[in-house]
Amino acid sequence: MARREDLLPRLLGPSGTELGCDECFAELDRYVELEIAGADADAAVPGLRAHLDGCPACREEHESLLALVRGEQPS
Amino acid sequence: MDVVPQPPAASVAPLDPESRRWLRELRADGGARDAAVARLHALLLRAARFEVGRRRATLPYLRGNDLDDIALQAADDALVSVLARLDDFRGASRFTTWAYKFALLEAAVKLRRRAWQGREIPLEPESWPLVAGGGPTLGKEVAQTELLAAIREGIAAALTPHQRRVLVALALNGVPIDVLAERLGSTRGALYKTLHDARRKLRGHLADAGFGTTILEEE
Repeated sequence: MARREDLLPRLLGPSGTELGCDECFAELDRYVELEIAGADADAAVPGLRAHLDGCPACREEHESLLALVRGEQPS
Repeated sequence: MDVVPQPPAASVAPLDPESRRWLRELRADGGARDAAVARLHALLLRAARFEVGRRRATLPYLRGNDLDDIALQAADDALVSVLARLDDFRGASRFTTWAYKFALLEAAVKLRRRAWQGREIPLEPESWPLVAGGGPTLGKEVAQTELLAAIREGIAAALTPHQRRVLVALALNGVPIDVLAERLGSTRGALYKTLHDARRKLRGHLADAGFGTTILEEE
């Protein structure tokens, strides 16, 4: 059972301009490396963050790629 | 709200030495290529196992062998995808980061589909009346109830039947988009476009009903 505060964003989606799933996948590796480097990934890839907010599947894959690549960084 | 059809062109950086080596060896002939393909498969398998490991708690009925089979299938499929798309790699990231995403995608899709194997896909808003309140104040509760009523009306009146089925399945009933794509013979990209269009119509319906942008963004 969904909670209301979770349900409304899922039904209405992000308000800003967003990429589609295919464009998100194409840009995901660059976006993640920019995030890890501390660069402004959202400025470099406009619309990707909004897509991650609206698409649970792409969001999960972003989280996994970020965790995997971050885990390889020298501590 | 718009879905951008194409992202801005990425600035293509010179390839780092390791990425150059991957491309050179994967495009070579004979033993050098075979060795590079084997290294690439091992790398993809590691990524697929990483994804399986992150999700194994959601699949308690699968045994270790089943999970390893899924990881291996995901690595095999990702290898085919990566090798077929080598010319698409432009050096916007390291080669390994670029390759990892194919393995993570393949593993995630297979695990989502396995989790929904044999389950009926709910396409009707059957869970709508069961939406739980989150304990807001009374005033907010009333506002949310009115908003939810307007959303329900918008879903019924403003959307096409296909948009309604997709929105209800994905956003209301929590069906993973890959699972729905498989059942409907569609693709993730096409279904997300439908979801996006449905959300835009729904927002328009709510605006027409007097719900301002501020209210919607607060939710």
